[in-house]
Amino acid sequence: MTDESENPEMETHVQPSSLAGIASAAEGKKTPGSSALGVGLEARNIHAWFGDKLALRDVSLDFWAGTVTALIGPSGCGKSTFIRTLNRMHEFIPTAAMAGEVLLNGTDIYAPGVDVTQIRLKVGMVFQKPNPFPSMTIAENVLAGLKLANLKVENKDDLLQECLERAGLWNEVKDRLNAHGGSLSGGQQQRLCIARSLAVRPQVLLMDEPCSALDPGSTLKVEETISHLSSSMTIIIVTHNMQQAARVSDYTAFFLSDGGPGELVEVGHTNEIFSRPKDSRTENYVTGRFG
Amino acid sequence: MSSSQVTERPALPAKRQLTTKPRFSDKVFRTVVTSGGLSSLIILGMIFIFLLYQGFSILQSQGFHFISTSDWNAVVDDNNVPVPSQSHFGIAAMLIGTLVCSTIAVSIAVPISVFTALFLTFYAPSSIKKIMVTLVDLMAAFPSILYGLWGFFVLMPSAVYWAKLLHKFFGWIPFFNMQAPVFDRSPFVAGVVLSIMIIPIVTSISREIFGQTPLDRIQAAYALGSTRWGMIRAVAFPYARSGIVGGAMLGLGRAMGETVAVYTVLNIVYQINWHVLLGAGGNVASMILMKFGEATPLEIKALMAAGLILFLVTLIVNSIADVIVAKSGKSGR
Repeated sequence: MTDESENPEMETHVQPSSLAGIASAAEGKKTPGSSALGVGLEARNIHAWFGDKLALRDVSLDFWAGTVTALIGPSGCGKSTFIRTLNRMHEFIPTAAMAGEVLLNGTDIYAPGVDVTQIRLKVGMVFQKPNPFPSMTIAENVLAGLKLANLKVENKDDLLQECLERAGLWNEVKDRLNAHGGSLSGGQQQRLCIARSLAVRPQVLLMDEPCSALDPGSTLKVEETISHLSSSMTIIIVTHNMQQAARVSDYTAFFLSDGGPGELVEVGHTNEIFSRPKDSRTENYVTGRFG
Repeated sequence: MSSSQVTERPALPAKRQLTTKPRFSDKVFRTVVTSGGLSSLIILGMIFIFLLYQGFSILQSQGFHFISTSDWNAVVDDNNVPVPSQSHFGIAAMLIGTLVCSTIAVSIAVPISVFTALFLTFYAPSSIKKIMVTLVDLMAAFPSILYGLWGFFVLMPSAVYWAKLLHKFFGWIPFFNMQAPVFDRSPFVAGVVLSIMIIPIVTSISREIFGQTPLDRIQAAYALGSTRWGMIRAVAFPYARSGIVGGAMLGLGRAMGETVAVYTVLNIVYQINWHVLLGAGGNVASMILMKFGEATPLEIKALMAAGLILFLVTLIVNSIADVIVAKSGKSGR
């Protein structure tokens, strides 16, 4: 990325689209709010910087509860930066800055006085590379969040089983819960990380290219897990794999950088983005003409 | 696959020898690196052989008494010629003193060092961090005689006060008991001085290892809603544990071998003293320094033997540490 963000001709003028409008026009797909879980997460005019460099410009997106939204786009278009603003992991980088608002249940997670650890309990995250805690057993890994955040649970065994079942890993590990997390295969480790995120009962799960380090078989399992989870929570997944976006998501948002900051080009129902994109750049990308 | 098919397959070929023709530059570099690596081993081996050669006759004549008794009596006849048959050498008090002082030093230094390293790695703003890292490293380069003098003139008065407090409130613990109210120049004071001397090295190593904590694990902890303390406990400590033990052992090694600072502070007495607050103690290295100047040839040999024992004890302690590090596992890495 170069620092030519101030070139007005290259700017995109896509209105920050509310998914509600697009969704009402769609057929055959989940309708926002139909799962009665309410509004999940709303990002309003998100800008992000690393030092003086603007990495993300004016992204507004709504994520409805009980849906899966895929963020697609070429490398360096700000997808990962964007989802890291949604659980305040962006500020983890020392020079990082942001502008805009992220509303979780109507409350700005960046408001003064907000406890960032509470935000991250509600907005969980799964990373690109499986990162179980190697010093802990499988069971300890799943329940690590409780310990880290000092949460109390009535029945840990039930929670353990529930999380592993939801992550689609229970049958594979139920006989070796005391084995170390590192003894699992890459795909299993990633599902362990998903189970670990679930244990603190987040409302939203962010997934930053969760399958990019996995083989096709493991990818399929993680995708099955995502579909199982989507009925009970909001999932936002960054992916480079357009087939994956098409398989797992209800909505797709296309990000693009023209060399300057990344911007949101288009968002809509996944089948529309892939079959009838409104923007020619989206069409070029999803048909494989670039990226 | 059925067995009939297996028999039909041709025999496996012989395994090929895999070789490569090294380039000349590579050969040169390999030679340089290998000789560098070997030289430290050779020097260590030569010191060991020298000490063994010099001290062997004493170890032979004194036997096990050399490390089990505390007499140090180099008898000379009227012509100032040593009389080996009547001389007795024993370093038990000095050996135990060495262990006592260095144990005190490590138990004070390790917690302080680990907290300092945690502060520098996870809490300090980068400006403060830079200054503090330089200062702590500078502490390591300080001549030990200065620590000794400072310990004697400045630290001792306050250390005596702490010692009195320890005696008052923990006197029921045998180590802190006293037969006589002599708090000056005790193993405790020497241990405090030693701890200050080894804090830089333990801090440095702990800081390095905390700094290497994999970012993805730190992020995983934070993404689970962890507090910073929770992250340190669940991620940084398990990762750094074996490194901290290693650093502590390096510090222990330095504390056991420290000579001048201990010599300045400690009141060296040839009697085993477990009462760490009492002003009487020992340290093999300081004893060698104290005796060396006016030692008879026979006594020099005994000092060499003492050096050899110190060498071996350090080796044993470090090997035990290696076992502990290996046992505590790479599981956190």
